[in-house]
Amino acid sequence: MKATGLQSVASTFREIKSRAESQWRELRDGGKPVIMVGVATCGRAAGALEVLQAIKRELKKQRLDCPVVEVGCMGHCYAEPIVTIIKPGYPPICYRHVNPVIAERLIRQFILGDDPCLEFVLGALEENDLVPSLSDFPRARFEKKVILKNCGHIDPKQIEHYIANGGYSALAKALQVPPEEIIDEVKRSGLRGRGGAGFSTGDKWEICRRASGKPKYVVCNGDEGDPGAFMDRAILESDPHSVLEGMLIAGYAIGARYGYIYVRAEYPLAVRRAQLALRQARKLNLLSKNILGSDFSFDIKLFQGSGAFVCGEETALIASLEGEPGIPYYRPPYPATNGLYGKPTLINNVKTLSFIRYIIQNGAEWFASVGTERSKGTAVFALAGKVVNTGLTEVPMGTTLRQVIFDVGSGIPGGKRFKAVQIGGPSGGCLPESALDLPIDFGSLTQAGAMMGSGGMIVLDEDDCMVEIARYFLDFTQRESCGKCTFCRLGTKQMLEVLDEFTRGKGKMEDLDMLSQLAEDIKAGSLCGLGKTAPNPVLSTLRFFKDEYEAHIKEGRCPALMCRELIAYYIIPEKCERSCDACVGTCAVEAISANEKRIKVIDQEKCVKCGTCLKACPPQYNAVVKLSPPSQVPASK
Amino acid sequence: MTEEQAKVKQQTRRILNSFGRKRGNLIPILQKVQGELGYFPREAMLEIAQFLDMPEIDVYSVVTFYNQFRLIPPGKHSVRVCLGTACHMKGGYITLDAWKRRLDIDRGQTTSDREFDLDTVACVGCCVMAPVTVVDNKPQGKVEPTKVDGILLSFKLEKERQGEESR
Repeated sequence: MKATGLQSVASTFREIKSRAESQWRELRDGGKPVIMVGVATCGRAAGALEVLQAIKRELKKQRLDCPVVEVGCMGHCYAEPIVTIIKPGYPPICYRHVNPVIAERLIRQFILGDDPCLEFVLGALEENDLVPSLSDFPRARFEKKVILKNCGHIDPKQIEHYIANGGYSALAKALQVPPEEIIDEVKRSGLRGRGGAGFSTGDKWEICRRASGKPKYVVCNGDEGDPGAFMDRAILESDPHSVLEGMLIAGYAIGARYGYIYVRAEYPLAVRRAQLALRQARKLNLLSKNILGSDFSFDIKLFQGSGAFVCGEETALIASLEGEPGIPYYRPPYPATNGLYGKPTLINNVKTLSFIRYIIQNGAEWFASVGTERSKGTAVFALAGKVVNTGLTEVPMGTTLRQVIFDVGSGIPGGKRFKAVQIGGPSGGCLPESALDLPIDFGSLTQAGAMMGSGGMIVLDEDDCMVEIARYFLDFTQRESCGKCTFCRLGTKQMLEVLDEFTRGKGKMEDLDMLSQLAEDIKAGSLCGLGKTAPNPVLSTLRFFKDEYEAHIKEGRCPALMCRELIAYYIIPEKCERSCDACVGTCAVEAISANEKRIKVIDQEKCVKCGTCLKACPPQYNAVVKLSPPSQVPASK
Repeated sequence: MTEEQAKVKQQTRRILNSFGRKRGNLIPILQKVQGELGYFPREAMLEIAQFLDMPEIDVYSVVTFYNQFRLIPPGKHSVRVCLGTACHMKGGYITLDAWKRRLDIDRGQTTSDREFDLDTVACVGCCVMAPVTVVDNKPQGKVEPTKVDGILLSFKLEKERQGEESR
């Protein structure tokens, strides 16, 4: 009885797979050029939908019949919108910063003609003699793509693309072995939760499997609330089935019957992609009753968050699923034994679940061979802020921050100096240049005063004020505190008030001690991760950038020229050009006028310090400057 | 009961029909209701409380806990200024000021002609396009004060064009 069941899993899946593979082959080797457009949120913000329309319009006009595939995000967000053209006889070529005009040219000159328009090329996807390939980029030496491998190369709306690229094979394989073996495999791999805390995934699964109570639940935590992090969004948008497959395998391993994908409402596209993925999986019997003919039944529902950062905390997430305000409760008992509706509930992050299929497919040893002693595998980072190559990257654990920022990210734009990198969002901290050679893993970052967090990395340069960034994060946590614990609710507010005073030049030196004291109290007196880690941005900036705090307090000066109350915009009369009116026209509040000598003067009373004039002033004059403290502005005659 | 209130009640009831009477459905219900009504009039919340057989105050507490839910009517166009870390450091707060100045409202408010509503969002994950403003659910990259004026102008032109066409 059992044996026939297993056989049917293998044969049912083989059938599905061979159908998907022939579809994929038809697309790739069908003899027609294939056009792929990256339409994840980052691409859309850069105008990818307009490019897509232009391509379809032009194809119609030229009476061409080529498949146009909407793919996700390749991680090269700085180059969006990206279009990839796979034309027989040529390597697959990616084009960067494509706009509708370039798109039309690509069709006319490359698809119709034979000119690959090298001036717009980002790189090729394969080694060849014509154009440099992406694997020749310096960053490729440091990257190792596992869970981002499919992103940007398959259509997330087509389950067949995923299956043809090895998808759901791990599920089919897992269903043919006992659940205990799966858990053992995950345990041996050394995979640790990618949501931030880094708890051993295999151990969590085992606890949940052993817990009594039915039904059990699997929850995918996609409430990626850290400002500055977008890894989970990219995965859900570009490769949603990998998350589903991870959930299915987890469900089988712990003996769960139901699953929830909890996605932030701020990610509407990710929600749509995941919903479609669920429908498609159900249609192929990869979800719901007797999956692939086995006796394993599992169903997944999508649940949209409603904009509360604290819901990324697992107990708050459960409260939210139950229809309550997202207020965390005391642990233990942990959700793995007493979770949703009091039943054993496994909560894993999007990235953690994405890794599962690769671990099952390639084995625990393969996974454990990458990374450091205590942190195995790869880490996904979202690079943003003052860095040239903003986007997503995946590197082995143990790669240094310097390699990620300067080799993968190509350093700081505009010849500016690196100041700090903010890691781990509101729970993390700002690390200075001296910490750049730190190998990244769970332990090292915590020790340095930051935190792995979910993997958002914001690079800051000399123009960014460290007091202001601390104030920004406190403003965020203060607003997002659920209000349950007094220290978090009132303490963060108090800290914010002190920092607010600093950025206005009204602080006192003794306030610095109060900040440290408050930080300790909030850490000790808060129940959940939000409160416990809320002071981190302040503590880390105080530790590494105390001189900036002192400049604000003692001199009323913002060294980075960022805090608006401490700076003034000024037009240097000797540099200002009589015949130029660029700043006058752009000023939003009409604060700039020309004097009798046609030299432009800023009315400091009216100025709102938006900085538009500084950008408008032509570089050959470069007459607008920022001064701090504002008293440095010479009195007007 | 005014005519508008009766209409709200009726609309809410129609939406509720597609849900089971389970507390766990509260948030999906709220999302659907806001999706259709745009906000939560008092009557809608009362109706939901009755449907799920829960205290009215609990519905109100959930509505006010989550940032996504709103108690005042939205404008025709929604403006969401992203204040994620990257956007903030690249001048998102300056962009927010520009929107406030031009629309003459604060965050969380709607213009008196109900053309625009303004709010902030914690992060839409388009950090590489910072500073981002999401206008009518479409993320727009590199929105600085001059682009704010540009976006508003395009809405104004669009409105004028429609006015001419309807004439």
